[in-house]
Amino acid sequence: MSFYERAIRRPGQVQVLRHSVPRFAAVVLFVACTFPSDLLAQTAAPTAPTPTEAPSSTRALDKQQSAAIAGLQLQVADAKSSADNAWMLTCSALVLMMTGPGLALFYGGLVRKKNVLSTMMQSFILMALVTVLWALIGFSLAFGSGNGFVGGFHNIFLRGVGLAPDADYAATIPLETFMIYQLMFAIITPALIIGAFAERMKFSAMLLFMTLWSLVVYDPMAHMVWGKGGFLNASLGGSFPTLDFAGGTVVHVTSGVSALVCALYLGRRLGYPKQPMPPHSVVLSFIGACLLWVGWFGFNAGSALSAGGLATSAFVATHFGAAAAAIGWSAAEWMRNGKPSVLGAVSGSVAGLVAITPAAGFVGPMSALVIGLIAGVVCFLMVAKVKARFGYDDSLDAFGVHGAGGTIGALLTGVFAVSSINPIFKDARGNVTASGLIEGNAHQLLNQFVGVAIAWVLGIVGTLVILLIVDKVIGLRVSEDQEMQGLDLSQHGEEGYYWETPG
Amino acid sequence: MTKVEAIIQTSRLDAVKEALHEIGVEGMTVLEVRGHGRQKGHTEFYRGREYTVDLIPKIKIEIVLTDDMVEKSVQAIIAAARTGKIGDGKIFLTRVDEAIRIRNDERGESAL
Repeated sequence: MSFYERAIRRPGQVQVLRHSVPRFAAVVLFVACTFPSDLLAQTAAPTAPTPTEAPSSTRALDKQQSAAIAGLQLQVADAKSSADNAWMLTCSALVLMMTGPGLALFYGGLVRKKNVLSTMMQSFILMALVTVLWALIGFSLAFGSGNGFVGGFHNIFLRGVGLAPDADYAATIPLETFMIYQLMFAIITPALIIGAFAERMKFSAMLLFMTLWSLVVYDPMAHMVWGKGGFLNASLGGSFPTLDFAGGTVVHVTSGVSALVCALYLGRRLGYPKQPMPPHSVVLSFIGACLLWVGWFGFNAGSALSAGGLATSAFVATHFGAAAAAIGWSAAEWMRNGKPSVLGAVSGSVAGLVAITPAAGFVGPMSALVIGLIAGVVCFLMVAKVKARFGYDDSLDAFGVHGAGGTIGALLTGVFAVSSINPIFKDARGNVTASGLIEGNAHQLLNQFVGVAIAWVLGIVGTLVILLIVDKVIGLRVSEDQEMQGLDLSQHGEEGYYWETPG
Repeated sequence: MTKVEAIIQTSRLDAVKEALHEIGVEGMTVLEVRGHGRQKGHTEFYRGREYTVDLIPKIKIEIVLTDDMVEKSVQAIIAAARTGKIGDGKIFLTRVDEAIRIRNDERGESAL
């Protein structure tokens, strides 16, 4: 086919023409289309023109067509960029919604009435606090270039973070979009820990604790797994590439394990476990859990950092994981207690979402069902049996669901990851190699284990040190009187519900 | 004057109210309370852990009557509130020293 014939025969290009191509390119193409019929008639003749006789208009036409095609390519890239950016900004909003009001409601409903506001406030204030930290220094520590463990100060005050993409992270969206998306993760991760010290931690102590935790535990972990140069980074050539699509280790293991440390350090609530402390509103928790499920599509599918097939894959895996886990938990509870509770069912879905988080963009839909089912059952047992056996007061099961669920999910990712979903590993020649165990790569399980172990160690050590510091500086726990009165009144001077007061 | 305090099942409130209105009792105070006698509570589950709820919701009706109305009212309450099962409740009678109408200072039986 001659060059000119190819130019006429691309109907797709004509579509693009109709929608967005500037007039110049349109005119050039139109002109190019009208030329060939004449030229063809000429070149169809037995004698082709000799080089010295080639008309100068041919070369001019070449240049015009190259320019037109380059222009069209830019348009296409622009369109893809717009689609990806629209999706990523939407996902950022979805993930923020997971914290407020998703998590705020979920946790708020689980505590006693006298502590509902303080629990919600803890989630909410992180939306403000972590944002400021991220803008000043957090993003730089997590995603700036540094060493294998933590980023440096190159991007403090968001220097260098503008509308131009950073191809290391996401080539089709502005770096600023990537930054704001990652911020939502940085917000929700410490918020998960709230579940461990609910109903007994001083508000001021919590603020200081969260500031330090965000900088010392979250930012380095995020850097190691997702940052450039991070030594666990699977997509940027880390030494122990850990497959963690949306934050099984970074978000759930770190926060879950830190939660356990907090629960052990702070000690049990007054009256625990003898005094029954049922949720004051399973209705609120239900609403929160459903918001979490929907928001999680932004969390997992958005981690594809683009609006293409990988996002679809992650979206479906996320949903299937949640569904299977809800069934798993409910079934286990039904068998053990005789009745499936609503709180159990929604907790099950959360456990599944946690477990599928590291796996979402690496596993197929059927594997997602299996991962969800396992997580639902195991997390139920963690919460129903293991916690009672060891007697720690992880008030809202942050460790049982996030710590355990995240660990299971990260390890199962090493089992079920397949390159057909996400060709993340390539050999020196650029050929795709196996991802996980079922594809033949047993070694990946070891890497997953390393990633999980690092998250555990960083969570435990970092949290312990921070707790010691905060305890020394301002004291962690409220007084007994304040705890009995309830944190809403003692820490915030407010009551959640003023329904019974007459007048 | 006698105060009749009746603790009844929540589901029997409407029946008892009607029965009292039928015999001419015109004033009453109704409270939502929690408590138990010999009735066992029920078990609930929270995250796999089971605990017993032994403060059961009940309704308490308080009426202050002239002495001639007391026995009639007690019979009416019993007839309307009884289901025959444990948890039906109890009625207590106490003597009232004085009754005063706030609107016009009336005292004694005419204040009822």
